[in-house]
Amino acid sequence: MRADTDLVPTPSQTVGPYFRIELTTQEHCVKCVPGPQAKGERMWITFRVLDGNRAPVNDAMLEIWQADANGKYKHPDDLQPKQLDPGWIGFGRIATGEDGSCVLETIRPGPVGNGAPQAPHLTVAVFARGLLKQLYTRVYFAGEAANDKDPVLQLIPPERRDTLLARPDPARPGYWLFDVILQGDRETVFFDV
Amino acid sequence: MDSEVSTRVSVKGYIRLPKGSQPPSLYEPYRATIKRAPLKPLIILPHTLSEITGPIFGHEKVREKDNDLTSQHAGEPIGERIIVHGRVLDSNGRPIPNALIEIWQANSAGRYRHIKEQHPAPLDPNFSGAGRTLTDERGAYRFITIKPGSYPWLNHYNAWRPEHIHFSVFGMAFLTRLVTQMYFPGDPLFTYDPIFQSIPDEKARQRLISKFDLENTQPDWARAYKFDIVLRGPEATPFES
Repeated sequence: MRADTDLVPTPSQTVGPYFRIELTTQEHCVKCVPGPQAKGERMWITFRVLDGNRAPVNDAMLEIWQADANGKYKHPDDLQPKQLDPGWIGFGRIATGEDGSCVLETIRPGPVGNGAPQAPHLTVAVFARGLLKQLYTRVYFAGEAANDKDPVLQLIPPERRDTLLARPDPARPGYWLFDVILQGDRETVFFDV
Repeated sequence: MDSEVSTRVSVKGYIRLPKGSQPPSLYEPYRATIKRAPLKPLIILPHTLSEITGPIFGHEKVREKDNDLTSQHAGEPIGERIIVHGRVLDSNGRPIPNALIEIWQANSAGRYRHIKEQHPAPLDPNFSGAGRTLTDERGAYRFITIKPGSYPWLNHYNAWRPEHIHFSVFGMAFLTRLVTQMYFPGDPLFTYDPIFQSIPDEKARQRLISKFDLENTQPDWARAYKFDIVLRGPEATPFES
């Protein structure tokens, strides 16, 4: 270790307005989290990012991390005795459009953990101009019975839990809706990880 | 072993970020935070498998010349050619190999190749301003690029950003994900820049300033700047989740 580097984590800075020239070029954005072959219930989630005035945030980037249909992550530190779906990655990255929204294709993940399993969920990191560091949130699915016993949802005041529930889009079968409200009355729950 | 415990999964937690070492969400001098920063308290999350895992990328994500921003076009870009290099370590001092680093920046005139860029400075047909690389087994990375120019922005009257390169880094876990900006030593704009100044601790701000590196400067060709990156490391003891 060099003497001129202390070992305190490097500070975060905003992703700014120009991240599209690298992070979400056509080549580098990932709109389909599981890949075409993955097993599971295929779904599309329409995210909408809104600011404290409920104005669409048209320069946000979302990154998604999730387990496969069995609740297994593609990672050496996932020691669950489960088989990983071959070809699974579980990562997505997408920028919002002018209306603050974007659509991500995925499958419904399985519950994670064995002893006290977590309900199916996606982990989401939100980046944008005006966010000096990324915000972490989770997408759970409305109507999922396991939500009632999810250890993370239990940490959240009951009146705020539904900010983390994606809801079926009444207009389109297979589509779900999830709003990321950065600030205000219905502010999405964000986590200090 | 107790049968209930044996069905549980060991989770390796990560150190928490020291106070003052990171910017707050709301920092009013940086005006874009005012309507975008969450104002309700964050929920403190004990680390689970969902946080301590994360995408790990391989060489399929990076082509050989992706770390040389001066060789992506027919001609050479205008500006001072520089080498930007360093290591990615965790907070226990362990190198992080195969970390994906992506960078993007303005050209030497202070102009980004981006559709919403308004600054009336010239685009450089030989400079896209984006690159990527993976760290090697020592956690080391290296880019060749040109020194970005400063540019004005709309935050306040006569606001100019210090010269900087945007960095995006993936470590071993989704919670160690880092997006930041690297600055250059001695920039007169540090004092006036609310993005840089948003970090409370003076010592923490210094961590974003690269160091001029004569040792790795290539004679008659390019100056070098060194920028080491530290990501959160695992805590000593795993716990059950």
